[in-house]
Amino acid sequence: MAKRVLLGAAAVLLVIAAAYASFFVAPEERTMGVLQRIFYFHVSCAWAGLTAFSIGFLTNLLYVWKRKDKYDWLGVSCAEVGVAFTTVVLISGPIWAKPAWGIYWTWDARLTSTFILWLLYIAYLLLRTLIEEPDRRALLSALFGIFAFIDVPIVFGAIRWWRTQHPAPVIMGGPNSGLAPGMRGTFFFAVFAMHILMWFLISERYSLEKMRSDVELLRQEAEAT
Amino acid sequence: MKNLDSIFWAYILGWAIFFGFFVSIAKRSNDLRAEVDRLKRSLGNSQEK
Repeated sequence: MAKRVLLGAAAVLLVIAAAYASFFVAPEERTMGVLQRIFYFHVSCAWAGLTAFSIGFLTNLLYVWKRKDKYDWLGVSCAEVGVAFTTVVLISGPIWAKPAWGIYWTWDARLTSTFILWLLYIAYLLLRTLIEEPDRRALLSALFGIFAFIDVPIVFGAIRWWRTQHPAPVIMGGPNSGLAPGMRGTFFFAVFAMHILMWFLISERYSLEKMRSDVELLRQEAEAT
Repeated sequence: MKNLDSIFWAYILGWAIFFGFFVSIAKRSNDLRAEVDRLKRSLGNSQEK
């Protein structure tokens, strides 16, 4: 319990510190001005979401291989947390796009693949609500999770493979990409803060799923007596 | 400070989503905890009989 409270407090403090650094430490970008500061929040949330889906993918593979409940619990926890982060990305992106591009949304490769990713994991979560038998639910959702993950490398590569509306990558984007030193520190600090928040939310969600399994066992016991 | 309102909304809505998600986990946990207590009580009663 104390560990969970500490992790939660660390996550909240780090996210507040990252927001402070985004507004008051990072230098102002020349062309976009203050609007560019959304970048630290938007991109760090996107990275944390993709990390959550990647951990979920590994646990889905482990479930199919080992058939242990803990991998199913971790898989659904990662999917739900990934959806929360991707929702923030899909909302903060258009808020930036309206003043920058003059439109909230366009069916560009990065935006479309991110939206499809969000829909795929919503489908994953819906699928779990439709299957009552726990082992069957765990196996089918793990297989669906493996399929849904195919979109993650497409989201990552979309702004590298195709040049459309979304800005080009500033990290791992080739020789002409990069961030000013003052921006780089703030950006990686924000990424770190969001990953701690992601880990806290995954651990909370995992405890919930474990408790749900305990309830199912108790229900079976109550029905048997 | 042009576009400051956009930044404000991006952060506020983002944090609201995280907070709402955390509250939903806490609420579901509380409901399950109550269900565990109820089931344990009913199992205890049926064993007494």
